[in-house]
Amino acid sequence: MSKQPLRLPNGGLVDRARTLSFRFDGKSYDGHAGDTLASALLANGVGLMGRSFKYHRPRGLLSAGPEEPNALVELRAGARREPNTRATMVELFQNLEATSQNRWPSLRFDVLSVNGLAGPALVAGFYYKTFMWPAAFWEKLYEPLIRRAAGLGRAAEFEDPDHYEKAFAFCDVLVIGAGPAGLSAALTAGRSGARVIICDEDFQLGGRLLAERREIDGRAAADWLATTLAELASLSEVRIMPRTSVYGLYDHGIYGAVERVSDHVAVPPPHQPRQRGWRIYAKRAVLAAGALERPIVFAGNDLPGVMLAGAVRAYVNRFAVLPGRKAVIFTSGDSGWATVRDLAEVGAHVAAVVDSRSEIKPEFKSLASRVGARVFAGSVVEATRGGRALRGITVRDASGKRTALACDILAVSNGWNPTLHLTSHQNGKPVWDEEIQAFVPGVLPPGLSVAGSAAGRFTLAEALQDGARLGREAASEAGFAMAAAQPAPTTDAEASELKPIWRVKGRKGKAFVDLQNDVTDKDVELAAREGFRSVEHLKRYTTLGMATDQGKTSNLSGLALMAEQTGKAICDTGTTTFRPPYTPVAIGALAGHHRGKDFRPVRLTPTHDWSREQGAVFLETGQWLRAQYYPKFTDKDWLSTVNREVLATRGGVGICDVSTLGKIDLQGTDAAEFLERVYINAWKTLPIGKARYGLMLREDGFVMDDGTTSRLGENHFLMTTTTINATKVMQHLEFCHQVLWPHLDVRMVSVSEQWAQVAVAGPRSREVLRGIVDAKHDISNEAFPYLAAREISVGGGIPARLFRISFSGELAYELAVPADYGQAMMRALMAAGQAFGITPYGLDAMSVMRIEKGHVIGSELNGQTTVRDLGLAKMMSSKKDFIGRLMAKREALVQSDRPTLVGFKPIDKGKSLSGGAHFVGIRRANKLENDEGYVTSVAYSPNLQHWIGLGFLKNGPARIGERIRAVDLVRNSEVEVEICSPVFFDHEGTRLHG
Amino acid sequence: MRIACPHCGLRDLQEFTYLGDASPSRPDGLAATESAMFDYVYLRENPRGLLEELWFHNAGCRAWLAVCRDTLTHTIQSVVPANKRKKGAAA
Repeated sequence: MSKQPLRLPNGGLVDRARTLSFRFDGKSYDGHAGDTLASALLANGVGLMGRSFKYHRPRGLLSAGPEEPNALVELRAGARREPNTRATMVELFQNLEATSQNRWPSLRFDVLSVNGLAGPALVAGFYYKTFMWPAAFWEKLYEPLIRRAAGLGRAAEFEDPDHYEKAFAFCDVLVIGAGPAGLSAALTAGRSGARVIICDEDFQLGGRLLAERREIDGRAAADWLATTLAELASLSEVRIMPRTSVYGLYDHGIYGAVERVSDHVAVPPPHQPRQRGWRIYAKRAVLAAGALERPIVFAGNDLPGVMLAGAVRAYVNRFAVLPGRKAVIFTSGDSGWATVRDLAEVGAHVAAVVDSRSEIKPEFKSLASRVGARVFAGSVVEATRGGRALRGITVRDASGKRTALACDILAVSNGWNPTLHLTSHQNGKPVWDEEIQAFVPGVLPPGLSVAGSAAGRFTLAEALQDGARLGREAASEAGFAMAAAQPAPTTDAEASELKPIWRVKGRKGKAFVDLQNDVTDKDVELAAREGFRSVEHLKRYTTLGMATDQGKTSNLSGLALMAEQTGKAICDTGTTTFRPPYTPVAIGALAGHHRGKDFRPVRLTPTHDWSREQGAVFLETGQWLRAQYYPKFTDKDWLSTVNREVLATRGGVGICDVSTLGKIDLQGTDAAEFLERVYINAWKTLPIGKARYGLMLREDGFVMDDGTTSRLGENHFLMTTTTINATKVMQHLEFCHQVLWPHLDVRMVSVSEQWAQVAVAGPRSREVLRGIVDAKHDISNEAFPYLAAREISVGGGIPARLFRISFSGELAYELAVPADYGQAMMRALMAAGQAFGITPYGLDAMSVMRIEKGHVIGSELNGQTTVRDLGLAKMMSSKKDFIGRLMAKREALVQSDRPTLVGFKPIDKGKSLSGGAHFVGIRRANKLENDEGYVTSVAYSPNLQHWIGLGFLKNGPARIGERIRAVDLVRNSEVEVEICSPVFFDHEGTRLHG
Repeated sequence: MRIACPHCGLRDLQEFTYLGDASPSRPDGLAATESAMFDYVYLRENPRGLLEELWFHNAGCRAWLAVCRDTLTHTIQSVVPANKRKKGAAA
């Protein structure tokens, strides 16, 4: 025990049999299971836990809960270091390591605490006024300086080694908070058989019952708590979730919650996440989040030792820690007096009670005389004394007489604010309740009710009544019949009158409104003087209510002080509203497993394994992993591999997976009519067994996508789309059908994943195919000419589709088989092609060949180009309406000087080209006004033995033969080029028909 | 948010893609004018209150839905398949 000097010998909910050792600022301490880091530090007599944000003033615990503004620490070390962790919410574990933050060089001696002496310079609006000019200094000088001086904790510098999960839950009744109100609600709802989830941010359930000495049904509240928890655990449809904060309320009964699965151990156990982000779908919810006690603004109210009265009771009753040896209570209401009783109960010396009200109830007077405490009625605490810890206070009575008192703990009570945050997440405005002098929930979001303290009904009896009633209502609204209501349990008497005071005007010293942001009463006055009177302005000008605690203990005081300045009532000054999250949520818990490689799934083609066997190097393109090239050890480098693949294909035969293209099966008597409307060209004329190239526009007239579509039957078409737009085109077609023309008889389905498709290209391709296509199918040039498209069979009856289409410009086919046959198809083709030197080729070789032929892809169909820009204007039918027809005719889209597709090649054939370069005239300055277009695609052509490129040039087709410069200011290169036709190879297209 | 898909039941927002105001009608046919088409493509009301919108159930049945939603409260009044809707339900 000697190692924990302020630990009480008995009582409390800590397990004295389990001692846990931990380190704070490098020093070792012991605590017990059931402690928080805050209570364990306090038990060890550590009162100084941090330095304040702006003035670097010494700070200790204010609270015992989620509202803690001061005791923020860096928890753990290295990659697991977590800044701004509230010591009051950290469950103690063996070997916990924590470091105080915002101090340099040490917590006890902080150089920047001289900021406190320079106080007047650091008032509200200081940053705005001081660091305004010159603007350039802000980024380079001011901001780094301020960050070093005034930052909060440091984030870890390494990747988080732990993993996080996302989880989903559905329930009839969600109960938020497991205090007396929440437990009653869960119990009543649970008894009806409803699916109930009850969450509490604490690791122990019970809420204020854990911190108070109360009686329920004539027995210790702990008995009721134990019985209730046991019954809840016995109900199979009730799920109890401790260590789970419900942080947000969203539309239609969706709640965000974070479960701290492994935060209470040093390292998560194997296969356990650190935290789990929940999305809870609840038919009904009961908010029973309790209330937060309010401090009073007076000079020196931030010294370690000044603590909320309810927090003092929590440390004494729950954690068996005496926060100080000599206490003074400063209260404006009855609830502070409970602290007098509880402190006396454990043998602490209560030196005095300062009650701002002039009338003291007789029972309080007799309590004071029983414990030997002086009573100062109608008095206030005007100032505190002490350096790094409280040593005494000055009391001022109604007549102005001052009394100095020695004490090391000052328990402050000024009434409570309902924890109504979730009720305002959907813009619900809290309303002012004059009687309890607090904001209470206003119009509630659908499906949510509020019980007990969270509704401003602060007594234990009210909590139990509300819980039982609202739990019953929620279950019944969710469709669960209920037995007759039972009377709520009875409790011991509880006095709860109050007359809050918002601030004590002192003579000197800083009186803090917002402890986390170091906002004082003077700052609020200054904001009022300078016209920042609306609460929103007050917040932004002074930073009041910002940062990790979001003003949980300061918003109302700030509002009250502003009301005092403007002579208005609090309710007329503004309200405090809240947005999610209620308390900070780690980004990891929101991301779950979706990080790094798992940020999104990677799709593999049906021939992936075959490609890997062939030694492919893969490239991520969109969602897909595709073979980029197939290096052989005889290849000198990447370019020689690509050149080899191109030459082998053009000289013999090559194969390449094209399964990633989108494939959409369209059927119906109006399928052809439908295609007429979505494509710019004609489709009704397409014969069965033929394919045609098609272009589709967006309704705004720009090109959306292209591809070939084949007619497999009178009412049956197969459309292909580009890989990247497969999903988008499918959605677009569904839109066109379901929204625009539902009367058309057409149905469509994506079959992209059902077929493995391979391009077989090159002069020997027919001979290779002959080796695997079943003999009954005639694929001779006469029987199966260019653009033929038919259903056939391969390998002895395997259904297949063969298309004589060519992206490479060679005699070429695309062969599709059911996806599961993909690998077998590749192996069969390789075997059949061995005699012809068949060569697998990848994306890069495909790209070289399509640039050689001037075929466009996504680089050219980039969402900013029109059919005209692509040189394909004559494809647009004038005999029919189609998507984008009218908008494509807009004046600006048909001007002759629009950049239009051209080819180009370097004058010096040894020079290489770069994508993204811009065209600028010879001897023109590299300026925007001289920009004449841009480069979209470049490649080295092994057939022409120099670089070639495609791009868009103003009035391009009229400028063939002209010389211009391709200027790349990003890579700092420029090449003189000659404009030419975009078709570099086989202009007449004779190879296609071979 | 959750949308009650007429085919799939009550589903999370993440399954849907938003398009916007459902009220404009495409001026079909060769007789349509450029200015009517311009209005259809670009001009939208942005009302506070009830609005009939188009949503696509892309991670579900692939139905385009006409969803009548209050833009202020996100309350959803009705959901019908777009190809079965009566035009101007929210007007």
